[in-house]
Amino acid sequence: MSEPVITARRLTKRYGTSIVVDGIDFDILRGETFGLLGPNGAGKTTTILMMLGLTDVSDGEVRVLGRDPVREPLAVKRRVGYLPDAVGFYDGMTADENLSYTARLMGFSREVRRARIADALARVRLADVADKRVATFSRGMRQRLGLAELVMKGAEIAILDEPTSGLDPQSTHEFLDMIGGLKRDGVTVLITSHLLDQVQRLCDRVALFQRGRILMMGTVPELAREVLGAGFVVDVEAAAAPGKDLVPRLAAIPGVKTVERAGDNQYRMTADHDVRPDAARAVVAADGALTRLSVADPSLDSIYTRFFERSEKKELRDAA
Amino acid sequence: MQREGSPWQGLGTVVLKELADHLGSARMRMLEWLMLLTAAAPLYMAITSLRDTTAEDPFLLLKLFTVDRAPLPSFVGILGFLIPLMAIGLGFDAINGEHNRRTLSRILAQPIYRDALLAGKFIASLATLAISLVCLWLLVVGLGVLFLGVPPSWEEIARSLIFLVISIAYAGVWLAVAMLLSVIFRSPATAALLSLGVWLFMTLLWPMISPVLAQMISPPDIRYVMLGLPSPDTLQWQVGLSRLSPNELYGESVLAVLSPSTRALGPIFLEQLQGAVIGSALPLKESLMIAWPQVVGLVAGAILLFVVTYVVFQRQEVRA
Repeated sequence: MSEPVITARRLTKRYGTSIVVDGIDFDILRGETFGLLGPNGAGKTTTILMMLGLTDVSDGEVRVLGRDPVREPLAVKRRVGYLPDAVGFYDGMTADENLSYTARLMGFSREVRRARIADALARVRLADVADKRVATFSRGMRQRLGLAELVMKGAEIAILDEPTSGLDPQSTHEFLDMIGGLKRDGVTVLITSHLLDQVQRLCDRVALFQRGRILMMGTVPELAREVLGAGFVVDVEAAAAPGKDLVPRLAAIPGVKTVERAGDNQYRMTADHDVRPDAARAVVAADGALTRLSVADPSLDSIYTRFFERSEKKELRDAA
Repeated sequence: MQREGSPWQGLGTVVLKELADHLGSARMRMLEWLMLLTAAAPLYMAITSLRDTTAEDPFLLLKLFTVDRAPLPSFVGILGFLIPLMAIGLGFDAINGEHNRRTLSRILAQPIYRDALLAGKFIASLATLAISLVCLWLLVVGLGVLFLGVPPSWEEIARSLIFLVISIAYAGVWLAVAMLLSVIFRSPATAALLSLGVWLFMTLLWPMISPVLAQMISPPDIRYVMLGLPSPDTLQWQVGLSRLSPNELYGESVLAVLSPSTRALGPIFLEQLQGAVIGSALPLKESLMIAWPQVVGLVAGAILLFVVTYVVFQRQEVRA
């Protein structure tokens, strides 16, 4: 197991009397991709700003690469790249000039600057518009330019705040591929997003955030087991022999929680482990014709929806 | 709690970038033309009037700055109006502009402190103003030599250079006002309107209000009123109050420096003038002594306003 690069202990942020981040604990390991998920106003951006020393920590502590961002923000910011939500650039300057400004702030020499910027722009496929003014760029291109900035900095940790919000599907897809590229380079990626299926594809671990608290943290299958109650959803498509009903037979398999009829000759089972072999045997034993058997990946979307539904219901109960 | 690293890291980079922005901007172009044209008119009037009337004046060049002929005010009077306008024009969107372009959080995520950004912007704007003023100064001196045909003495050059420095300090005050408002208000339009409001109040309304206030604070003595003279206490208050306006300080200090025969700023008793050769010029050092409190007041005002801006900016949240 690799060492943690970001650790938060009882990290708290208060504005007056309202608590925005309420005593959260987490570790992000080197090289992993970590997703912070939650509704707007849950405290995700505030948490990020505290990691960068851009806002004060009210209580608890956070360490980034072993350093305290409140005391040593420069050392932290030199090694961490941050792509804010809806990143902005100086419209009157070209892509190259914008990156050059950042590179100067990083203190890179002229040669290093030139090489790194050219490399970074090529990585995000903006090399051919390097000398165009950013004012002419689309939203997707700006976002890619933001990513180029992180690449140019040589960031060890990339913090991406809602990086795909407002992008069309094509640009989103490209952008996520580029984030995947960062991950392959060994960069630790922290990402917040509402587009859950994309996060699911990218993230090793996710944390569900609400009202300043981390309510759940773990890999997607772990969360699915916890929230949906079962880790596996098995779809069975089989024509039953006349007079024989498959539902009770499938339900009788050990470990199966529920069986639903999802359509003509289609059944959906939830189980606590992979029950495909048993399901196949059960269908064949009933003289059914098995045409398809598959495991549906637990979707983060359903986990998320179910989770927040549940916590809302609980609140209503608590309030009553 | 001590923070690590120099607050000036990245300052040079910010200054250069902002300076390049200012010098290339359309706004700057407009301000330059405005300044040039409005300054040319009183200068032309001054030159024609000097050609008509000059007998023997040892400070012919300085007269260029101060002579006025109806309906135009003198060159210095025009500058008193134009400098605040330029400073406000350069400063009103310094910080909130970055907010609105969503570049602030991205820039602050680079390894620099906020100090460098704020100080860099202030220095760059002040340098821009200084460059314009130096150009204007050179223009006036050059035209003076050309049209009047009298080479300036060293003292005249020294006095007009001091005038230049005072003008830059005056510009600094208004720049700090504009930047403070640009930190406080998120909308550049609000900041611009309010800066202009403060400027109008200080230039037009305050000279009318301060005598009234002085009379309220220290009602005039009946003995002086009978004689048709202002009461000394009331007069002191009036002068003191009117000096709260940077415009007044600028006017007084420039008067002392550019009109060598000025012996005092504000009220003096007749016996204090005993033995004085009215109308004769004071040496440079003495003129400087008269103007010193006003100049210090201007510089202190600029520094004070900048400090307030700094404190407000440090406490501000970065997120949009």
